[in-house]
Amino acid sequence: MPADTLALVLRRVGRATQNSISRLGFAARFFGYVLYHSPAALRRINLTLREIYFSGVLSLVIISVSGLFVGMVLGLQGYDTLNKYGAGDSLGIFVGLSLVRELGPVVSGLLFASRAGSAITAEIGLMKTTEQLAAMEMMAVDPLARVIAPRFWGGVLSMPLLAALFSVMGVFGAYIVGVRLIGLDSGAFWGNMQGGIDFWPDVSNGIIKSIVFGIAVSLIAVFEGYDAKPTAEGVSTATTRTVVGASLAILALDFVLTVFMFRGAA
Amino acid sequence: MNRATIDLWVGIFVTIGIGAIVFLALKVGNLTSLQTTPTYRLEAAFDNIGGLKLRAPVKAAGVVVGRVDVIRFDPKTYQALVGVRINDGVQFSKDTIASILTSGLLGEVYIGLDSGGDTVMLADGARITKTQSAVVLEKLIGQFLFDKASSGGSK
Repeated sequence: MPADTLALVLRRVGRATQNSISRLGFAARFFGYVLYHSPAALRRINLTLREIYFSGVLSLVIISVSGLFVGMVLGLQGYDTLNKYGAGDSLGIFVGLSLVRELGPVVSGLLFASRAGSAITAEIGLMKTTEQLAAMEMMAVDPLARVIAPRFWGGVLSMPLLAALFSVMGVFGAYIVGVRLIGLDSGAFWGNMQGGIDFWPDVSNGIIKSIVFGIAVSLIAVFEGYDAKPTAEGVSTATTRTVVGASLAILALDFVLTVFMFRGAA
Repeated sequence: MNRATIDLWVGIFVTIGIGAIVFLALKVGNLTSLQTTPTYRLEAAFDNIGGLKLRAPVKAAGVVVGRVDVIRFDPKTYQALVGVRINDGVQFSKDTIASILTSGLLGEVYIGLDSGGDTVMLADGARITKTQSAVVLEKLIGQFLFDKASSGGSK
């Protein structure tokens, strides 16, 4: 019956819409609860420090190495194109602006989501599967304050530092390629960069971006872990959802933030 | 992993991160030049400001002495009113000429100030009366073609 099939399809669409809206609402309320329990979690600062160690310190190597390579590639490609217009000396400002405004926050956010976000989700998901979260509640320990909030704040605090480090390593990589390898004048490299990049709005907006990405990635990671189905498959699905969802969130948020930040400034 | 090790590593991490932000601010972003030096205002009316933008530099003898603060259109005189903030301690005479210039063929547009010989200095909020508008390339080419055509016709 075509009418039955149509109704079936429509019912599926309806259910999917309701599910995603209720999940969104749950995520928003979850965010509220995390913030509500944050003072209690931050009072026991050791828990957050431990999460900064796992999210931030252990991401140092991948962030630094990626930043260095991205900067070196930018140096090579940027010089190639700029030199066609006789503007090879502007390599410094080109690399600096792209890193500070866009690539630093975005690429380090993507790396952070796959390196630290997935680990957070898997850890919380497994805690839920093995009923550790339920056991905590039995002992009158709120898992939101003991497990979720420290991981959230660990991510939020680590992200801006990692993004800044990424940008610095990128600039350093471009310096190696541009000045040491290609032989640009080091004074022109730094001078153009400093002349064209202001702390307000360029660097500061990059930092704001990285803070927003940190909040988005950490929230998605802890939420997916907390919301995971308590099975092996559920945890693996949740981890995937974290990486996919956080990456898309970063790219979409980046567009929105860029529109607000740089449309007037240009 | 015991507590002291974690503390140490987090300390190293935070130090590196803050160091990176400081590096971005000072070495890449040149925050030092942005220290809010006290300034005073000058105003100038131009027939055409060309591609002048807010925060464009104001230069005297090629040295940046201020920034463009406001640009607005005067509907009475059909001129562009440009307000600039000049660093304190840099004084210009009353017969200073303000001209809109371009550094290089495709470079940034800036305001050049050429001080005159008058002993009276421009005070805060004063108007620079002698101005020179931006050179619009299309008009220049049009004028050149027109001259060429008229001189060709007379031959």
